[in-house]
Amino acid sequence: MTVESEVSAESGPRFLTKEMRKKIEEITGRYPTRRSAIMPSLFLAQEEYGYLCDEVLLEVAEALGVPEVWVYEIATFYTMFNTTPVGRFHIKLCTNVSCLLLEAGSLLSHLEKRLGIARGETTGDGLFTLSVVECLGSCDTAPVMQINKTYYETLSAEGIDQILEELKARPADGGREGAPA
Amino acid sequence: MPKITINHMEIEVDSGLTVLQACEIAGIEIPRFCYHERLSISGNCRMCLVEMEPSPRPVASCAMPVADGMVVYTNTPMVKKARKSALEFLLINHPLDCPICDQGGECDLQDITMAYGADQSRFQENKRAVAEKDLGPLVATAMTRCIHCTRCVRFSTEVAGVEEMGATGRGENTEVGTYVEMAVSSEMSGNMIDLCPVGALTSKPYAFTARAWELRHTETVDVLDAVGSNIRVDSRGNEVMRVLPRLNEDINEEWISDKTRFSYDGLKRQRLDRPYVREDGRLREASWEEAFAAIAGRIAAIKGAKGQKIAAIAGDLACCESIQALKDIMNAFKSPHMDCRQDGAMLDPAARAGYLFNTSISGIEHADLCLLIGVNPRIEAPLINARLRKRFLMGSFSVALVGAKVDLTYAYEYLGSGPRTLEQILSRSHMFAELMDAANRPMLILGQGALARADGAAVLAAARDLADQFAMVSHDRNGFNVLHKAAARVGAMDLGFVPGEGGRDVAGILDGAASGELEVVYLLGADEIDTTFLDPAFVIYQGHHGDAGAAAADVVLPGAAYTEKDATYVNTEGRVQQSRLAVHPPGQARPDWMVLRALSQALGQKAGYDTLEELRAQMIRSNAVFAELDVAAADRTAKTKWAAFGAPGKMNGSPFADTVENFYMTDPIGRASETMARCTDTFIVPHLSITGTDG
Repeated sequence: MTVESEVSAESGPRFLTKEMRKKIEEITGRYPTRRSAIMPSLFLAQEEYGYLCDEVLLEVAEALGVPEVWVYEIATFYTMFNTTPVGRFHIKLCTNVSCLLLEAGSLLSHLEKRLGIARGETTGDGLFTLSVVECLGSCDTAPVMQINKTYYETLSAEGIDQILEELKARPADGGREGAPA
Repeated sequence: MPKITINHMEIEVDSGLTVLQACEIAGIEIPRFCYHERLSISGNCRMCLVEMEPSPRPVASCAMPVADGMVVYTNTPMVKKARKSALEFLLINHPLDCPICDQGGECDLQDITMAYGADQSRFQENKRAVAEKDLGPLVATAMTRCIHCTRCVRFSTEVAGVEEMGATGRGENTEVGTYVEMAVSSEMSGNMIDLCPVGALTSKPYAFTARAWELRHTETVDVLDAVGSNIRVDSRGNEVMRVLPRLNEDINEEWISDKTRFSYDGLKRQRLDRPYVREDGRLREASWEEAFAAIAGRIAAIKGAKGQKIAAIAGDLACCESIQALKDIMNAFKSPHMDCRQDGAMLDPAARAGYLFNTSISGIEHADLCLLIGVNPRIEAPLINARLRKRFLMGSFSVALVGAKVDLTYAYEYLGSGPRTLEQILSRSHMFAELMDAANRPMLILGQGALARADGAAVLAAARDLADQFAMVSHDRNGFNVLHKAAARVGAMDLGFVPGEGGRDVAGILDGAASGELEVVYLLGADEIDTTFLDPAFVIYQGHHGDAGAAAADVVLPGAAYTEKDATYVNTEGRVQQSRLAVHPPGQARPDWMVLRALSQALGQKAGYDTLEELRAQMIRSNAVFAELDVAAADRTAKTKWAAFGAPGKMNGSPFADTVENFYMTDPIGRASETMARCTDTFIVPHLSITGTDG
């Protein structure tokens, strides 16, 4: 019953490559319903493009054969999916209970001051995006932030400064993957 | 069966029920917003919290299945506090704009807050605001009021079968709406308005026109399709303000289609509110006496046997009373030329089972296979389609379609486009025959698209053969079904409003009028015919709207619409139901049976009835089915006999046509309705431009 997306109807699929579609098909085999394959498929697409634009969401829905709104619901619900472009280093600071009790609030202000941006924004040089996320599941080492795929734990203002300097100094070909610090 | 103790009262309930349902059985009210008995359980509003031993925390009763030995309390301080807190949370972002909210006075949040809430909130910050969504011409949104119960999302996904609504974002940023800004493309979208427990989704056409407490409720039935949905007409003064569904598990459950709900503004436009007589080619206003005199004069002028020169066609919205009264007049003239099958469907009056939805609508739930023949139930009878979808979602139900390919909101096997496929199934050269053999309770639904064609009688006979060959008919069930589109059709067939011996059918009447063999044609609300044929004849139109029929008429007699008369209709299942007068007909218009009775007097005939009761007694004498109200043919004490009908013969190979082009404008009321015109613009016209039919 999925209505074919206008994008793919008019100009053909533009984002999901043949390989990615094959991968998505593989993923669906792991789950009892195709709806369950939405999250891994979105991760796959995000890995490729850094963020999920509307067209990508439409194509994922079409590739999975599920209603577009299901994909859209998931992409907008989870903080690990970006629906807008992000910088080379995506800083995700946890402000849930454990981290908040250990001063995550002031760390957020510190980050905003140091980067010169508010939460949800990207620095002018495209290097950093600052997001606030829900629990990262690392309460024992709170306060915590995640940059790309790496966890930075038991943070302090000084520690954050040091991390930012290290990242700035990292050669550009480090890519968005963000090798472990 | 589990025994469960609620507030120290021990009751035994069926296993599989939830604690909330058990509480209802025990007569204890549990407030709720997200729980709805016809939708899946989501458990997100937290309003139904109860205390349960030994849990230290309150539990959501809507999502907790009963188990033996459970001890539940619904009136402890913990429960009271939990309810107060849940409401405080829900009201954090809910605007307190009840005085300007259309839901005010019939709002669950208002009522439950009054009953269970606290009188103040501790929330000091600003409330959030949410952008409006455009859900089309029927559903108005005020999404700031949304409490995210997701009933609308679940309804559109589960019942309507259009996965377009969703809850996007998270936490405080959650918004309910469609993925892209678009109208919800469902023919049942209006039900979301009823489901919404707050004023987030309200009726656009009804907006700010009335308050719930000003309205008078009239329980009646719908006639805009042949389902006979039970409705409640809300009126103020002499004006219909809105139409709502009424619960009837056997027919419409608690849903109605958008046409049923929103066509009512058509009742106020294009109305015939006085008689008209054509003079010098133009219709002029006339008195009842003048109108009757014109008719009597024209009939008196007929030379020879009058009966051979007079014909009558009953329209799709005609009530049984008027059909009986008109038939009496035709009988008095000894005219056999009458018909109710405006679309030319080759329905056979010989056997009642041959033109009924014998399985009954609720009976669909017990079938395990359904073959659709030349029918698009989604458009022709949205509620029957909803029932088919409900059955489909229960599992192990195969649906197959022969006819035009359409989106029915559930998966089906497409077998072919026309009679060839039926022949293949009959000769068992089609694969699907095996599936039909294997089915225990198969059914078929035959649409008007398969019958309204030259070989319709042969198709009807072939469908009957199918029913016989694949054991669809037994002593306790009948899987042969005809789906009607016109509310008047079954009643007219039951009353025998079909050509008598040597009589002409609709096509014959049109030809006869064109050639001059017929001199007088009586149209009882018949608008769906090609009136250009009628030009040479003297045409009398009795009805409530200035539509095609009235435009072609020489005398116009104003009648009453379905909301304006106590009348009888028989739905597609053969269920006799009565409508009730909600408002009075406009101007000089009168209930149709009264018009016909007065006419028969003016014609010098003696009507066999003086009151509605006597007329109804006459209907019962015509056909005993009218004695038993509100019972489908399937459940009648006197079973409908399975007899021969249809005319076996050669079917031609042309595909079955899709017979409804515009769901919103199938009748004079819909065509006069501004709301239906807006729906046509939104849902029908864009589709036409894609297919290129508009040039």
